[in-house]
Formats: sequence, C-alpha cells, structure tokens
Amino acid sequence: MPKDGGIGASTKRREDVRFLSGTGQYTDDINLHGQAHAYFLRSDVAHGTINGIDTEAAEAMPGVLKVFTAKDFEGVGGVPCGWQVTDRFGEVMQEPKHPVLAEGRVRHVGDPIAVVVAETLAQARDAAEAIVPDISDLPAVVDLKAALEDGAQKVHEELKSNLCYDWGFVEDNRDAVDEAIRNAHHVTTLELRNNRLIANPMEPRVAVGDYNRANDEHTLYTTSQNPHVIRLLMGAFVLGIPEHKLRVVAPDVGGGFGAKIYHYAEEAFCTFAAKALGRPVKWTSSRSEAFMSDAHGRDHVTKIELALDKDNNFTALRTETYANMGAYLSTFAPSIPTWLHGTLMAGNYKTPLIYVNVKAVFTNTVPVDAYRGAGRPEATYQLERVVDQAARELGVSPIELRRQNFITEFPYATPVAVEYDTGDYHATMDKLLEMTDHAGFEARAAESKKNGKLRGFGLAHYIEACGIAPSNLVGQLGARAGLYESATVRVNATGSISVMTGSHSHGQGHETTFAQVISEMIGIDANQVDIIHGDTGRGPMGMGTYGSRSIAVGGSAMVRAAEKVINKAKKIAAHLMEASEGDIELKDGKFSVAGTDKEVAWGDVTLAAYVPHNYPLEDIEPGLEETAFYDPANFTYPSGAYGCEVEVDPETGKVEIVGFAAADDFGNVINPMIVEGQVHGGLAQGIGQALMENCAYDADGQLISASYMDYAMPRSSDLPMFKVDHSCVTPCTHNPLGVKGCGEAGAIGSPPAVVNAVLDALNRGGHKVAHIDMPTSPARVWAAMNKTPMAAE
Amino acid sequence: MYDFEFERPRSIADAVKALKTEEAIAFSGGQTLMPTMKQRLAMPSKVVSLTAIEEMRGVRQDGSGIWIGGATTHATVARETKDSYPALSSLAARIGDPAVRARGTIGGSVANNDPSACYPAGVLASRGVIVTDRREIPADDFFEGMFMTALEEGEIVTAVKVEVPETAHYAKFIQPASRFPLTAVFVAKYGDGVRVAVTGASESGVFRWTEAEDALSGDWSADAVDGLSAPDGSDMISDLHGTGDYRAHLVKVMTKRAVAAC
Repeated sequence: MPKDGGIGASTKRREDVRFLSGTGQYTDDINLHGQAHAYFLRSDVAHGTINGIDTEAAEAMPGVLKVFTAKDFEGVGGVPCGWQVTDRFGEVMQEPKHPVLAEGRVRHVGDPIAVVVAETLAQARDAAEAIVPDISDLPAVVDLKAALEDGAQKVHEELKSNLCYDWGFVEDNRDAVDEAIRNAHHVTTLELRNNRLIANPMEPRVAVGDYNRANDEHTLYTTSQNPHVIRLLMGAFVLGIPEHKLRVVAPDVGGGFGAKIYHYAEEAFCTFAAKALGRPVKWTSSRSEAFMSDAHGRDHVTKIELALDKDNNFTALRTETYANMGAYLSTFAPSIPTWLHGTLMAGNYKTPLIYVNVKAVFTNTVPVDAYRGAGRPEATYQLERVVDQAARELGVSPIELRRQNFITEFPYATPVAVEYDTGDYHATMDKLLEMTDHAGFEARAAESKKNGKLRGFGLAHYIEACGIAPSNLVGQLGARAGLYESATVRVNATGSISVMTGSHSHGQGHETTFAQVISEMIGIDANQVDIIHGDTGRGPMGMGTYGSRSIAVGGSAMVRAAEKVINKAKKIAAHLMEASEGDIELKDGKFSVAGTDKEVAWGDVTLAAYVPHNYPLEDIEPGLEETAFYDPANFTYPSGAYGCEVEVDPETGKVEIVGFAAADDFGNVINPMIVEGQVHGGLAQGIGQALMENCAYDADGQLISASYMDYAMPRSSDLPMFKVDHSCVTPCTHNPLGVKGCGEAGAIGSPPAVVNAVLDALNRGGHKVAHIDMPTSPARVWAAMNKTPMAAE
Repeated sequence: MYDFEFERPRSIADAVKALKTEEAIAFSGGQTLMPTMKQRLAMPSKVVSLTAIEEMRGVRQDGSGIWIGGATTHATVARETKDSYPALSSLAARIGDPAVRARGTIGGSVANNDPSACYPAGVLASRGVIVTDRREIPADDFFEGMFMTALEEGEIVTAVKVEVPETAHYAKFIQPASRFPLTAVFVAKYGDGVRVAVTGASESGVFRWTEAEDALSGDWSADAVDGLSAPDGSDMISDLHGTGDYRAHLVKVMTKRAVAAC
C-alpha cells in the first residue's frame, strides 16, 4: 500500500478546491488600476493586400486612447519561431516574418489588422467598426498540394515558394527503402488525412500588460503553459526587454492542450501598448476570436506504404506527408511534422528500413502547431491504420500481425534515430484483450446484428516519446532553446517546503503530484509542501509544460534539488547528533543514526539551518534551499494498447462507441487517479478527432467551422465508460523516478483504434471499404458505404 | 452587443404598442436573438420581451386540441403535454439543453422558423394554427421558407394551437456539433389521414413529405415508407455535416423510424 499522500497514492487534487468553488485566479480575473481595453480588428478575408487603413474616425470616437497599426510596430521584431528545420538538401527552412500586426498583407481570416485601445471594451469595439481598411483580395492558398504547384499564388511574396521545407528522414535510407518496397512480397498503401483541429481550451486566451515607469519594469499576465519561454521569446526577439525588466505571470490557466505553448502577437501587443500609453492594457479573446487566432493542430495529408515479406514480417515503411504550417510559423510548428513525427514512425515494430518525407507548406490559414500529442498522433494514426489494412489485405489477424512484428528486446535502436529504453508490448496487448473481453466479441457482434447494427473491434498500439531531450541533441536538430527543467526546493525554518518549478500546471494536477514526491522523499505530510509555478518572478528559469514532460523532466529536476536539500540536512543532522554524516538516515520525517536510537526530527534540523546557533558554520552555509536543473539523457517512451468497440447504424452511418479500453505502460505512477483522469481526457480528445471534430476551410480560405454550431466538440454522452489500466510497468531507465509521462497518450492511441473499429464493422457488414478519413461522421460513413461523394468543404 | 432599450410589457396590447418603435424587435426567450446580438449581427433599437405577458403563457386543453401560449418555455411544454400529447412533449424535451429549454419559447421558435428547428415540424404535422395578435394562420400557410413566415411587421405569435393525433412520433437525427436536427421527421396519424413534416433537411425550411403522407394514409406501416424513393436531394441543404442526398436519405429513414416507434 502506498503511503497516504506519498508516491502511488490516489490523493485528491488540492487545486480542485479552488477550481470547483470558483476561487481560482485566472488571467481574466486580474484587473489592474487604470486598465484600458484592447480590441483587435481582424481580417475577414484569407488573403489580401492592405492598401491603407483609415483610423481617423476611430481615433475620434469616445474613450479611444489610440488605434495601433503595423506602423506603430516598425521598430519591433516579428513573433519568432523556436525551431529551425534543415531540409533534405541541407538548406534551412524558409522562415517568413510574422509581424505583431499585419504588414502590407493579411494572410488568414483572423490576421490582426489594427487594435483599438479604449477606456472600455465596448468603446474599443465601437471604434474598431469605424476603422476603414482598404484591402484588395488576393487568391487564397488553401489546398496543400496545389500550393506547391508551379506558378501558385505565394502566401509570402518574398519567399521562393510556399514550401517551408522538404524534409527527408533518414535521408541516407531513402534508396534502400525504395528498393525494399520495389522488391517486397506485398505492399499496403493508404492515403489519408489527419484532420485539422482546434484545441478549444475552456478558458480563452487573455493578456494583461503592465508597465512601471518608476523602475522600467514590464509585467505580462498571460494564459500560458510556459511563462519563462514567453519571457525569453518576447523579451529577446520581439520587444527587446531584458529578463530582469520583464516578469511574465501565468496564473491559473484553464486548459492548454498545446494551444497555450506559443508566444502570440496579442501578448507582445499588450506589453508594448502598456508602455506606449502608460496604462495597463487588457485583451480577452472571445470564443469566436479563439477559433481564428489560437494555433490549430494536425492537418497532414499522407501517403504511407508498408512492405511485407512472404512471412508477413514488415520489411520497409515509406511515408510522404504534406504538413500545413498555416500563414506564419508558430513557435514550435516546424518541429512537429519532423522531429516529433518522423522519429516515431517505427512505432512498436522492428521494421528495419524506414523513410519519412515531409513537405511543410504555407497556406492562408491560421498557423498550425502542437496540439495534444503533436506529431506523435499523426505518426501513430497512419502507422496503425496501414498495419490494420495490411492485415485485412493479407487475411491475417491484426492482433497477430502486430505481435509478430513487435519489438521485444530493449534497449532498441530504431532506424529513425531514437533508442527505446524499455517496454513490453505483448504485456499491454495481453492486458487489453483481457480488458475488452476479446473472446466474447463474436457473440456481441451477433447480438448487434440481430438489432440491425454492425459491430466492429479496432485496436491500436502506440509508442510515445515524452520529455523531448537532451538539449545538446535538440540543438543539433534545430531547437533554438534548451529542453531541461529547473526546480528550487526552499525549506522554511519550521520545516514546511515551497517548491518553485519551471513546469506549469494548467489542469495536470502538479500541485498535488509534485507534493506527493517530496512527501515521499522526506517523509513529511504532503500538506507541508506547496508547489509554486507560473511566475518568472518567483521561480528559476523554466521551460514549461508540453509534450508530457512535466513529471519526467520537471519532476526529475525537483528530485535532484530535493536530494541536494536532503544531503545538506543530513550534514546538519550529523552535527546535531554528533554522528558521522555517512551514518545518517532519513525516514518518516526523522533523521537517525544507523544502529542507534538517536534521532532528530526534520523540523529541528530545518530550524537549526535558519537559527544556526548549534551549527557547523565553518563547513556549511546556513539556510536550506537548493536549485537543480535537469537535462534528460533521452526521451521517455510510454506505450500501450487501445481497443475500441463500435456499433454502426447501417441506415444512417452513425457510429456509437460501445466500449473503449486503454492498457498503458507509463512506467512508475505517482498518483493513479490523476493518471486515470489524464487518460480519460486524452481519450475524449482522440475520440473527438476520430468521430466529430473537423476544422474546415472552404476554397476561399473562409473558416467554415468557426463556432460550436459547426465545430463538433465531444460531450460526455458521446463517450463510453472507459476502462483504463496502467498496471503494465516497465520503469524508465534514465530518470530518477522511473516515470514516463501520461498526458498525451490518450489522444495518440485512440484515433486509429476508433477508425480501425469502424472499418472492421463495415467490412464485417460486407462493405469493402479500405479507409475513411476522420472524422468518421455519420455522413462520411454512410457515403463510404454507399460510395456517394462527400459535400465539398 | 450594441446599446438598446429593453421593455417587458405585461399585456399583448402593450407589446404591440412597444413594437411600433422603429427597429424594435420581439424577444421571446432570446435563444437565437441573444447570440446574434452579442455578435453584433443585429442592432435593434428596442428589445420587447414577451415572456412576462401572462395571457401568452401556459398550456391548456382547447376542445380536441391543445392551446400553448406563445411565451411558454420548452420545459413547460415538455412537462405540461406529457400526458395529453407525448410526442410533442418529447420534442420539446429534446430541444437544446436545460438552459435553452428554460428560456426558449414555442412562439419564438415558430416566429424565427430556423430551417433546423424542431417546433416547426411538430406544429406543421399537428395541423397547427398560429394565433397572433390580429389573426389565426394555419401552419400550412405560416412557414414560408428558411427563416421566413407569414408574420407581418410587428405581429406577435400569441399562441400555437395543435390537434392531438391518434398517435405520433418525432424522430430526430442530430447534427453532431449544434445538436439541432440534421434531419428530423414528425409523423402524426389522424383518423382522416397522416401528416409527415420534415425539418433540418430542405433549403426551403420545414416541409410536408406528401408522398409519404399518401402512402401512410393508405397503409399505416413502416413498410409503406420502405417502398418510396427518398425525396429529391437537390433541394436539400448540403454542408459540412452532410450532402443533400444524405439528408434526403435520412428523411426516409427517420420517417420509417418515426412510424415504427408509434
């Protein structure tokens, strides 16, 4: 049994008290004295030349302090991109400027043209209607392949083309893969689209800029997953404010899912305008604005080919993907279809030869960046779809085909440059089949048939890579930042502890789980430990939360800092008990001398550190506070088997998920209840992508799923009761807690499981359908069964 | 939202007077108007709320039919017609979510005539009559097309009267995002004939599928629908959520299911 409040305990989330009682402090709850309000006038056309912007009438409107346009930002940098990808010919990617406000051209619906700052939001909005932008329409670039044709309209006139980069991985394998596919016994090919998504966190983005003339200090309150990264990007690249004069605070944040990783123009605007006007400036996104200004996710068009020998062993894999970048490069956009996607293409299989080609394309759409899973769902989806289709073509069991090709020996170096440290894929597959009562499937299918429904079972096995690292490697791959994490463990005089972590919690429950780790290490009550995050003024340099990195990287940094604290505390305890440091043990909040009954409480040692009367001042400093930076040696590799059972209504095409099970190997687990919640959330998003969600543009670049009337978010009634298990544990071998990360797995493994189940149902029903693109909406499933074309999007 | 005046009259006469102001608009729950105003897509000078008018509220027996006040909420209709007209009660109980049902009204819904609203199908199939401050309009003449009705400027829907059929059912297939009907069919069987009203599908708003009515009036069975071809898909709405052909197909499937469920 885990210790109450320690590692392994399902401690209730302490942050929920404030979240559920309405006492959370979100950015929009921050209202500063003298605050003015910003309203962004956004482009309603996808592409156009700005001939002029007449702001005169707007400037004269009641309450207006100033109308800003690109002219006001002439001395200011563009919103930077944090990753530079080098293409297969050794050239660096094309990287256009992303101005804070549109310069000369608008490039997507939602691109900001001007901003009104006024005494009230209503006044700012009224004045924005009086702005007269003179914009001549240009043809919109929307289709990924058409964008790369000769003579295509360019999104950025100064670039050679709409191609950001043409990336090959591993380029040296290209010819060998081609040859293996040419000579294969069997090749299964699929062409598919990974549908574009909008993250839709419950809290829309907000920014409040403040400037203190007395000491030249800027403060930005923002809805961010990584305030330190925003300070670095905005301070160094956009506004030229040094770190010591810029504080970024991300207080309670109501969900991120990736969309709140990036540095956005609105943050730079509010910081800039606060100084220009001498007033705090606040912007709160409306939900409609969020649809057209939050970075979108996914949007890949892929051709994948899997080669097999006569014994059904995978011999080679080749993919060609067109990845939509949108109109500008968002912070991590170039890395998603490359290093977070190509490196995962081996999946759980020992395919010896793999080649991944990715063409990143500029279009007149909202920028696309990481969304829960980021690159890994795209990799998993295509791989698990093609494996399933291969099994169907070959007439073999999709379970056995997977098992036969599983990697079984670890560490395993894949042909796509990564090394898996641990895993046991047969174990998670076994667990899944048990959880889904696979043996009873045929009986259930027969029952469904009696009710006029087609039942199908689909599975997917996934591999994830969390905690992208180490920094020196990612630097070689083009990252313009390090990917370590930091923590300061500050022990107070009476023994309570404040931990300042660079990880940011916006729903993950760090305030609970991180405290559990410290409680376990020292043996004090978790309530004696506070986790502080989200404020560059309080913690050391941090890299934030994304890519399921918090416990693996941020948790490890905290463990290292706590180890330093414990080592120092042992020296103090040794002094107090007049014993040798090497004999001191720490257990249950007490230091003891091995082999004796001497002991001293944690609180007495911490008090001695701050009231150093009886203290080895000649050997160690007073105080008890340590900082550690942790740079992982490798990614962590969670894996798992997901199974989905569906019933399809053959008359309407409606898919109902009647069962879903997830067997995950997350390594060691700190709080099983929170892990379960993370998996549930990920599954809901993955099932949302597979069944319902679709961010669609028409040929003119108009966003046609621009509200909840057309963008289908999954609701609880769309989802089954999930069966979740994480008892298959192969601990990570290279971090101190043996943890892997669990935040994104659900969204990675579930889409192919759902689509595989839908196709299984149709094929069992006699419909020879090889593939249906997501979302497998009723209309699409019906069209696939009836071969009727889909409505134009 | 732009600034506007707000009035909450207590009588139909006062409401009619209030609506004589230029750019005044009637507001009966506001489940469509409010979001439209928030988006600044409507800028009425005055909003006249009808929901405080006692004479426009409630549900009562009206001979062989049911009288429903125009300002009666969906939740009230769902509760009050449970025994007297279960199919209509079930329609009302499935509109939107609890918040929508607590605010939205039958008068507001029929006056707006959203092509994907539920009530127009229920009222049209139930041989409804729309009662206004100045006349009574049979539902057959009232629903003129997408968001179009026979209402004149400033005319208020004060009540809706429906005839209770021998049996009826509303089969709704939802659009996954909005959960409005992607296509829904209300079937009502009377002693002297059957009505089949379809919402969500047509570019022209709610309509009666007369071929199905004829077939079902002769042979009241789901099989009778099976023998029909689906209505022409070229007049149907085609969007992100389904083609015209898909909706036409759903008209037939939902009609069949509505009959089978009766």
